[in-house]
Amino acid sequence: MRDIRLLDAPFDPSALIRSFGAANPGLGGVCSFVGEVRGEQDVTALELSHYEPLTLAGMEQLADAAFDRFDLMGLLMVHRIGVIGPGEPIVCVSAAALHRRGAIDAVDFCMDHLKSAAWFWKREQRSDAWHWIEPRADDYADRSRWEK
Amino acid sequence: MAVTIVFLGPLRDVAGTASREAAAPLDWAGLLATVGPEVADQLRDDRVNVACAGRVLSDKQSLRAMDGDEVALLPPVSGG
Repeated sequence: MRDIRLLDAPFDPSALIRSFGAANPGLGGVCSFVGEVRGEQDVTALELSHYEPLTLAGMEQLADAAFDRFDLMGLLMVHRIGVIGPGEPIVCVSAAALHRRGAIDAVDFCMDHLKSAAWFWKREQRSDAWHWIEPRADDYADRSRWEK
Repeated sequence: MAVTIVFLGPLRDVAGTASREAAAPLDWAGLLATVGPEVADQLRDDRVNVACAGRVLSDKQSLRAMDGDEVALLPPVSGG
């Protein structure tokens, strides 16, 4: 079961993960990651912008790559756009497989690519103004681990 | 008809607008001349990509946008 989405409103990751698990009968394991806006002092909101002609298509290509690379039964990949408050989910990736390694690695792979190789731009609102956020060197290094 | 140039992420702030029109056809030199020196400087950065008509160009200097095409200027991304 494959479910790749962009959402412009708050969502409940646990409900998505529950129905994703139910949609993959016979699975051996599910690995899920949920990213949330950190409740840092001084950060009042995060805004994710995207580019309609590329962003969802790019996530579909990332899902294709995950299915090619790992032994998966299903993949759920949901990413928020718009303004998001502290504590709200930004991203949810869940992978179902017969064996744990495929599921765990697929989630890790998808998250590393969503962080620094998907068509999103992120800025945070602090008390003074909005500030754009670039990926950290660690984000690029994490993604490079998957280069063959 | 013309070419629409779309400024994504932080480039929108540098350009001071989300999009603008330019005369078609538009090539790389024309793009650099159209967007102003500050955006042009950033466009020369290898980490900034250019898409034309919904496709990311593997060589942005080969840009040749025609009437009705949308040209997107894509700075380094940050998701998750």
